[in-house]
Order: sequence, then structure tokens, then C-alpha cells
Amino acid sequence: MPIEIYLNVAASGLLTGLVYGLMALGLSVIFGVVRVVNFAHGEMMTLAMYVTLVLFSALKLDPLVLLVPIAAVLFVFGYLLQAGLINPFINRPEHSQFMLLVAIALILVNAQLIVFGPDAQGIRTSYSFDSFQAGPLIVDASKVYAALAALVVAAALFAFFRFSLLGKSIRACADNYHGALVVGLNVKHLYALTFGIGAACVGAAGAMLMAVTDVTPTIGPAYTLLAFVIVITGGLGSMAGALLGGLLIGLTEALGGVLFTPSAKSMFAFGLLVLVLLFRPQGILGRKVAG
Amino acid sequence: MTRLLEGVPRRGLWLLAALLALLAVFPLFASGYLLAVGFLILYFAYVGQAWNVMMGFAGQLSLGHSLYVGLGAYAAAALYVHFGLSPWIGLGASVALCALAGAAIGFFAFRFGVAGVYFAILTIAFAEFARIGFDHLPWVRGSSGLFLPVANYTENDLWNLRGSPRMFYYLMLALTAGAFVLCHALLRSRMGYYWLAIRESPEAAQALGVNVFRYKMYAVVISAAMTSLAGVMFAFYYNNLFPEQIFNISRSIELILGPIIGGIGTLAGPIVGAFLLTGLAEGLRELMLQLGIDVPGVKQVFYGLCLLLVIMFLPDGVWPPLAKKLGLHR
Repeated sequence: MPIEIYLNVAASGLLTGLVYGLMALGLSVIFGVVRVVNFAHGEMMTLAMYVTLVLFSALKLDPLVLLVPIAAVLFVFGYLLQAGLINPFINRPEHSQFMLLVAIALILVNAQLIVFGPDAQGIRTSYSFDSFQAGPLIVDASKVYAALAALVVAAALFAFFRFSLLGKSIRACADNYHGALVVGLNVKHLYALTFGIGAACVGAAGAMLMAVTDVTPTIGPAYTLLAFVIVITGGLGSMAGALLGGLLIGLTEALGGVLFTPSAKSMFAFGLLVLVLLFRPQGILGRKVAG
Repeated sequence: MTRLLEGVPRRGLWLLAALLALLAVFPLFASGYLLAVGFLILYFAYVGQAWNVMMGFAGQLSLGHSLYVGLGAYAAAALYVHFGLSPWIGLGASVALCALAGAAIGFFAFRFGVAGVYFAILTIAFAEFARIGFDHLPWVRGSSGLFLPVANYTENDLWNLRGSPRMFYYLMLALTAGAFVLCHALLRSRMGYYWLAIRESPEAAQALGVNVFRYKMYAVVISAAMTSLAGVMFAFYYNNLFPEQIFNISRSIELILGPIIGGIGTLAGPIVGAFLLTGLAEGLRELMLQLGIDVPGVKQVFYGLCLLLVIMFLPDGVWPPLAKKLGLHR
């Protein structure tokens, strides 16, 4: 095969990887602050995709415009989930929290199955078949838009955590739970906000991914695993790591699909995960956490 | 034998004997459908017990036990299909393969200090790895599935595990009872106490001179080997195997619901949980059939709600408070 094909596949993988990275960023933010591993992450992703689907067919608006209201919807969903169900579990053992989210995931995926049915559904935008050409590279327009939007959202999130007072308070909770309580921060509210922000990332990523691919309810667990693989590869709790991990996994899956067979592509992602867990458990950009 | 019975409340023994007797005569009265439900309950009680060794006793959360079910099922079934080897011989291969897989995962994870949630995700990763790998393995027919030859059986061929559902029910009952006794003995052994120490605090156990690595390894290997037998039963009972189904992560989740709802780390928990969950789910299915509702996913939503309620309000599971009520608490 000519080299251009590999270049094209790699470029497309990197662009999709950025959207994956945004989804994983949500997982990373939630884990970094609330210290809860969101096992329902992929199920929230498909939820966002279905909301996009419904709104798109009702309003005929572009997914890139829908991104904002959908992120808001997921934010509210995430806030309520944390405030109502997960907050009482903060001081429970790890496996107990994990099981709670497994239960939520189970309910979410099957509720979607009941409501939307098992068939794959997609949307078609005005630019679905457009593409950009740059030298030998030909890339889908929708993938470029989606990747750019992912970068914008991620940059906004970086700025929020770096510069705003609220973002700083959330980081304070992450750094020292008891310290945050002592200085009078409303930790439970901030936790709920954080989960909402993480869910909003998923919402935005879901809206963009809808422009690129189809959705079925049963793909949810696969997205959860993908998000895990990405954040563990990049480093759980590291925001830049999540994006880097997304790029890496996007590239791995795309090249794996071309070099071997598309149905075996996620095997390479899992292979990468196993290697990272064994040789650099804190992830590529993760800091080593004591205890 | 007498040492095993030491300190067990007499009332508990009577209850156990009554339950066993009830389960033993059950097929004489049950319809084909009820017998299938009975098999399913025993199946989940058994795999739940096997998973419990790892999580309930040694505190290692595995979310990838479908790996051992699948490997066990495929090993015995492939040997039978390709070489006509009796499942009783194939079972040896299954156990060996799963023990090896468990040992490999345990070795990598524990040597490199992968623990807690990371360990759980690693177990999922290996199960997914196997799922995709078996999908592309021509020797077991890949994603088009491995089928065992089926005929209408008039008599039971125990040697080749070809026979009536009743035969499988009794085999599963024997396995479940055996697993119960084995786990009871394990908990009473020196290793059992080491496991509990590791579960409560690996650092403290290490400080007291317990070889944490070794005993965690034993837990994974024993749990994996036990689970493989369930896989063999699954293969010869259902006669068809698809990687997409048997290695699926939802299978791993399904099999841990019983012990969690029943009570993690208790001997009766997996059995109580299997009865409750499978019984209620089948009841729900029957109800929906009567009402004429046919929507996939309702059963799983029900599972999810059960899990949610139990985790929120009975974090130790159903059995511990129930045991107190029955006067079985020490």
C-alpha cells in the first residue's frame, strides 16, 4: 500500500483521538477531584449521542451548535448524579463506589436500549461528505471540525481550572479534602460541580462524535473502556495526559485497523493499556501518587 | 471432617441439610422450564462462590471473570469437537489453562504493584483481549461460533456429558455443594486467615510477615480454576459458544451481582444472591410475558436497580442481617 494511505489513516485517527481525548478528559477530571472512577462514562457518552440525535432531528441544528446545550444537559445530569447518589459514597470503600457506578451504568445502557432500540443510528450533516485536501492528505471535514471543537473545549477547561476562583477551589478539594473543608469550602457542592463538568465534557464529545460515527446503546461499555484506556495511558488525573492518551489511542486504533483487520483494532488499545499498567502504572504524564 | 464442622451453629447445619435435600428432590417435580431456572441459579451460585474467593476473601476485585468462564468453556469444547476427547479429560486442560491465565495476570499485576481499581481495569482488559482474540481464532471457528454436536438424548452419557437437563442440574448441584465445602475449608485454613488479613490491610499483613504476593496469587489461581469448571458446564449445557457472548464484560458483571447482593465474603452470600437475583429476574420475565411486553433490556435495568438498592441500603449484602435474624450469627 502506498504511504499516503497510512498518512491519511493516521491523520484521521489523530483527529478522532482528540474527540476521544475530550471524553477521557471528563473521566480524568472526575477522578482527579472526586477520586471516584466513573464506570458509567461511556454510557453517559451514548446518552449525549442520543440527545444529539433527538435534538438534531427535531431542530435540524448542526451538532457543533448543539454541543453547547448538550454539554449543559449533561452538566445538570452529572451534578444531580453526584449530589444525589455518589456524594453519600465518598467515604465508602473503593469497590463499593465502583459497584455503585456499575449499577448506574447498567441502568443507563439498558434504559437507552429500551427507549431507542438496538439498531445503529446516525445523522447526516450538510458537510458529511466534504473533505479537506492538504498535499497528499485528504481528511473528512466533520472530523476536522470535531477535533477543533474538542481543542477549544479542552482549552476553555484548562483556563477555567487555572485562572477562575471556582476552578481553583475545585483544585483545592482535589489536593486536600480535609484542608478544603477547614477553609470553609462546600466540598460536596464542588464535587457535584466537578462531576457536572466532567459530564459536560462527555456531552460535548458525544455531540461531536455523532457527526463522525453512529450510535447504538450497547457501544456504551466499549466507550467506558476506551476512556479508561486513554486516561490510564495518559495518566489518571492529568488533563494534558488525557488528550495525549486520546491522540495515542486514536492513532493506535487507526493504524491497527489498517495493518491488521478493523475488527481487531481495539486489541491494540488494550495491548497498550497492559504495557502502560505494567511498566508505567501512573501513566505517561501522571505523577506518582504516594499511598 | 469433624474439624470442618467445629463451631458451626447446629441450626445452620440443619438449614443447609434441608436446602440440599430440597434441591435434590426439586427435579422430580419441576417442569422443564423450572429445571432450567434451577440450573441457572446453581450456575450463578457456583461462579459467584468462585469469584468470592478472590474478592470476598482476598480483597482483589476482578471485573473480568468472564475470561475464565470463556477459556474453560472453549478449552473443553474444542478438545471434544476436534478430538472427541471426553470433557472429563478436557476439564483438566480447562483448569490448567485458567490457572495459568490467572497466574499470569496475578503475577504481572501484583509484581508491578497494580492494585485496587487499576487491577479491576486490568482484569477487564485481559477479558476483552481474549474476546477479540477468540473472534479471530480459526481453530475455534472465530466469531461464527463453536457448536457442539447435539442429538435427542434418550439416555445420559455421563462420560461425554451428553444428556438431559436433569443430569446437568445434578452435576451443577454437586459442583455448588463442593465449592461451598471447599470455600468453608479454605476460610478455616491458615491461608484463609492470611487472605482476610490481606483484604483488611495488605500493609499490616506484610508487616506481620505474611507473604502477600504469594497468597494473592493463590487466591487468583484458585478462583480462576474454580471458575473454569463453570465454563465447561456452560459449554456442554448450552452447546454453543460465541466469543462475543461468553467473554463479554456484561457476563463478568452478571456473575458478580449474586455475591454482592448476597454478601461479599460470606459463604452463603453467593447462594442467597443467586436465588434472589435469578429467581426475581425470571419472575419478572414471566410477568412481562403475561403482560405481553417484549422489550430487551428490562431484565438488566432490574438488575441495575437491585444492585443500586442493595449497595445503598445493605452495603454488606442481604445475608449478614438475615443470618442474624435466623440466629446463625456467632
